[in-house]
Amino acid sequence: MQISGKDVGQLAFLSRLDLTADDLTICTKSLNEILGYLTVLEELDTGAVKPALHVRPIKNVLREDALQPGLEREQVLANGPEVEDGAFVVPRIV
Amino acid sequence: MDRYEAVIGLEVHVELKTKTKLFCGCSTEFGQAPNTQVCPVCLGLPGSTGVLNKKAVELAARAGLALNCQINTDTWFDRKNYYYPDLPKGFQITQVFQPIAVQGYLDIKAEDRDKRVNINRVHIEEDPGKLVHASGSIMTSRASFVDYNRSGVPLVEIVSEPELRSGAEAKAYLEKLKAILEYTGVSDVKMEEGSLRCDANISVRPSGSAILGAKAEIKNMNSFRAVQRAIEYEVERQIEVLEEGDSVTQETRTWDESQGITMAMRSKEDVDYRCFIEQEIAPVELTADWVENMRATIPELPDARRRRLVDEHGLPDYDAGVITSSLSLAEFFEATLEKYEDAKKISNWIMGELLRLLNARGMELGESKVTPGGLASLLQLIDKGTISNKMGKKVFAVMFQEGREPQQIVKEKGLSQISDVDRLAEIIAEVIGKNPKPVADFQSGKEQAIGFLVGQVMKATKGQANPGAVNSMLRERLAK
Repeated sequence: MQISGKDVGQLAFLSRLDLTADDLTICTKSLNEILGYLTVLEELDTGAVKPALHVRPIKNVLREDALQPGLEREQVLANGPEVEDGAFVVPRIV
Repeated sequence: MDRYEAVIGLEVHVELKTKTKLFCGCSTEFGQAPNTQVCPVCLGLPGSTGVLNKKAVELAARAGLALNCQINTDTWFDRKNYYYPDLPKGFQITQVFQPIAVQGYLDIKAEDRDKRVNINRVHIEEDPGKLVHASGSIMTSRASFVDYNRSGVPLVEIVSEPELRSGAEAKAYLEKLKAILEYTGVSDVKMEEGSLRCDANISVRPSGSAILGAKAEIKNMNSFRAVQRAIEYEVERQIEVLEEGDSVTQETRTWDESQGITMAMRSKEDVDYRCFIEQEIAPVELTADWVENMRATIPELPDARRRRLVDEHGLPDYDAGVITSSLSLAEFFEATLEKYEDAKKISNWIMGELLRLLNARGMELGESKVTPGGLASLLQLIDKGTISNKMGKKVFAVMFQEGREPQQIVKEKGLSQISDVDRLAEIIAEVIGKNPKPVADFQSGKEQAIGFLVGQVMKATKGQANPGAVNSMLRERLAK
């Protein structure tokens, strides 16, 4: 499987990455190499294997509905570039 | 109008009635100061991992069962990726591929027709944070203020099939949905606190056509009435666009309550969410026994209760419908009925005085002080003739406000009817003396003149006389 520069451009857009034309070329090449490694898997016959939902064989990890202390507001807002009245301030996006 | 058919589907988001969030132990309490119910999980800080809230799974399954859905016993969570400041992680954890409940239905009655509306799915997801705008509107605000208290609050999204055909049907659907979720304890369903929110997908097509037209998604409707009005407006708007030979633009529109119109917000290009299975939350495997236990916790639902009130207590179907539309009203009614036997009289007072006062003050039943026992005592006082029906309404208003026993209120305010016949006879004699003309009118056969005289006696007694008794005493005197 190969992906095109156009696919990588779309992925970059979805990830809000601003790639230069050079970046795009490099990324496309690297991603295709990575996908190449994975083609090894295609050689396996997985016809008899149940599709895995999860990487780990776990299920039903649940907690009771009980309150746990969270963070102080100062800590919550500590990483905010702009903060006002206890809230993060961001550009409006309609 | 009949040349076109509206195709309407509703997406309803309902906050589950849990103490804590979907994947962390932060409080879900409404109305707290911004960003005070937040932890690394709901902020999406690197390295934080959530654990699923058991109660949320139970409530979501209960919602699905109450809506006649099939429960998917193998269910899991997925990531829906998008960038918006209300989602600190850059993705929402939701159920895309295998929702907990599918293929249900809801029976409604609108415009005098019974209708079954199919439900496509009920899935669990986390609520995003809340964007607050200084001017109250995103369109005019300089910036968005982000509060993550709501981020991670457990929701179910209930998606109807696009089978609704009018604003009235949509309103009936929402009212029924709200009642069911309230009865089953799934949610508080308070639209004003955002625990129930509704978006509507609307398109129109020529009647008889099977092809769907381009749809608009309408947001920002803050009441069931607003949903109905927004749909009615939008359907008309789209028909006009088609009539003018144009085509409807696929877009998201916002409802402007004060102007009563919908306005374009953004065009809805196909968003690429790159959904994939969430690996940090373990899948959920439910057993058939678990599902049956959950089914057993579903109480009597509004339709069944409505039928029972009609069959067992002889209430008119309309009354039963109004009373069972809310769990608290239905319980109030039945509690009153344990102490006072005339079901119709109770329903008249609930639908008349109680709902009138609640609506006028924009209150919930739980916020008023009146009790079922209080209403029962009041009705007994009226039956005994201690107070008139009209006085009863005044006493009820005091009970509503202050919650005291009606006997006490009657005594304190001196409201009991004058049953002393001699005292009443005196007042009647006075009124007759002061009003020769109406007296002469009545005696010469003008029947309606008696009404004026009764009114004068009631006025003189400050309403404490029994109008029926006054009427007959007056007639007796004037016949002499």
